[in-house]
Amino acid sequence: MAELTEELSQVKGEEPGVATSKDVRVYPNPEPTGHKPVDAPTGTPTVVVDDLHIVYRVYSASSDHEKGNAVSALVRMLKRQGRPQMKEVHAVKGVSFVAYHGDAIGIVGRNGSGKSTLLRAIAGLLPPHAGAVYTDGQPSLLGVNAALMRELTGERNIVLGCYAMGMTPAEVKEKYQEIVDFSGIDDFVQLPMSTYSSGMGARLRFAISSAKTHDVLLIDEALATGDREFRKKSQERIKQIRESAGTVFLVSHDHKVIEETCNRVIWLHKGKIKMDGDPKEVMTAYNKG
Amino acid sequence: MSQPESAVADAQAGGRSAQEPLAKLAKRYGLRRAIARPRFHVYLRQLWERRHFMMTYATSRNVSKYSSSALGQLWQVLTPLLNAAIYFVMFGLILGGAKGIENYPVFLLTGMFVFTYTQRSVTAGAKSISGNLSLIRALHFPRAALPLAYTIQELQQLGISMGVLLLIVVWSEPPTLLWLLIPVVLALQSLFNVGASLVMARVGSNMRDMNQLLPFIMRTWLYASGVFFSIQDKVVDGAHLPQWVANVMYLNPAASYIEVMRDILMPQDHNPPAFAMAGCVFWALFALVFGFWYFWRAEERYGRG
Repeated sequence: MAELTEELSQVKGEEPGVATSKDVRVYPNPEPTGHKPVDAPTGTPTVVVDDLHIVYRVYSASSDHEKGNAVSALVRMLKRQGRPQMKEVHAVKGVSFVAYHGDAIGIVGRNGSGKSTLLRAIAGLLPPHAGAVYTDGQPSLLGVNAALMRELTGERNIVLGCYAMGMTPAEVKEKYQEIVDFSGIDDFVQLPMSTYSSGMGARLRFAISSAKTHDVLLIDEALATGDREFRKKSQERIKQIRESAGTVFLVSHDHKVIEETCNRVIWLHKGKIKMDGDPKEVMTAYNKG
Repeated sequence: MSQPESAVADAQAGGRSAQEPLAKLAKRYGLRRAIARPRFHVYLRQLWERRHFMMTYATSRNVSKYSSSALGQLWQVLTPLLNAAIYFVMFGLILGGAKGIENYPVFLLTGMFVFTYTQRSVTAGAKSISGNLSLIRALHFPRAALPLAYTIQELQQLGISMGVLLLIVVWSEPPTLLWLLIPVVLALQSLFNVGASLVMARVGSNMRDMNQLLPFIMRTWLYASGVFFSIQDKVVDGAHLPQWVANVMYLNPAASYIEVMRDILMPQDHNPPAFAMAGCVFWALFALVFGFWYFWRAEERYGRG
């Protein structure tokens, strides 16, 4: 269970004190504000989100005020009440927007505002409850954590992760050394991932996930983790990936990253779009609110 | 429900002519739904392209399963051996199930190993979607790859169990040319298992209580398949039930595979019903076709949990 929670937190990118800590500044050359790192939108839509609703079903242990014993469960059944353990979470409530080729869109919002859920829906991994997402090509989420197994060696995990992302054996062979070199874990690649420090694990996961190229790319924040040097390296890699991809969505709590890399920001609040527009404007409003 | 808000967002989306519906805009630029079920033959092709993932995933799970124990991979051999010993003591010696059955150890072990293969595939299949939601919500691949990988994992385990079984059999029954049929029967059973685990994967993905219910269903199936007794002896000769009851029991998929496998391993001592082999072929084809079709029908909904 603890492992699962850990994995989920990695997927969601909510490791404490990673991307949100204010006093860690690892971007060597802050570019002048207002700079647009990617070409202006060319006018071709690549992602259309049309009144999207996402509803999760969550099964959890009953909370304090509900009795969790068999008798009360039986009573509930006789009274034909629904299972209290099953809760429906309406994570995204009617979001619509159009993303264009060349857009780098930042998505900001508090924890639980539906950012990661929206990304998953765009990637076609979560079925919409209502509405639709239309895309050009196959958007992919940058991240392979869920496919990896802690008990296995780094070596096996690299192969497994690459196959999970849909590579062919030839591609895996070609990328293997590159991944090992980039992650910088050297001989540890022969050891099970459970023996890695959290930083090493994060480095290897990032190295695997970023080994593939994508059309429409969705980045969830906690990717750039690890020590100072590696964060620099991974920022660079994200930049490269971003430039080669047609459209990029970036979820981050780090305002600097958003302002530096995006030409448009969507502010999600409780599953709805609160603001959508120029990074400076949106971020100013977001910081006030 | 949140029309006002989304209308605002619409207006802010900008860059497109006044009130064109978004669905139309998407169509005009040839965009496709992000989550759509591919045509059946396309789906099968995509699945074939993921064969390396399935194999690696299955092997990895088998390796990681025993990696925390001191004896490690040795457990892959020890587990079936210990199981065999317990079944023999329990059913052969204490409960006296051996009465009237020639070469009871081989009879029992064949039934047990063959049944366990199907049982474990089906049980694993039922959990393959509901237990892997984080993977399904993170990466793109035909979802059938998961139940398939779980069945491959069980097949790898069975390979070891079969090795153990054949060693025990050789001790009492000399190998014959019939043994060449063993891979054929196992292949048919694997096809059936794939189909059954695909069906259970979809059922398990939206029926959470399935995992609690399955052990009971499996135990009933175990008793109905004549794993440690001869169906003919107990049902017709012992309980004086009509012959058709025994025939129906023999027709169930697990019993079909068990009976045929016993016929191969102990040709002198065992007489399976004539239709057993036909049952094996029928169940394999039926389960496979139906399983793929049934699983594929819900392909785009597996991420919701």
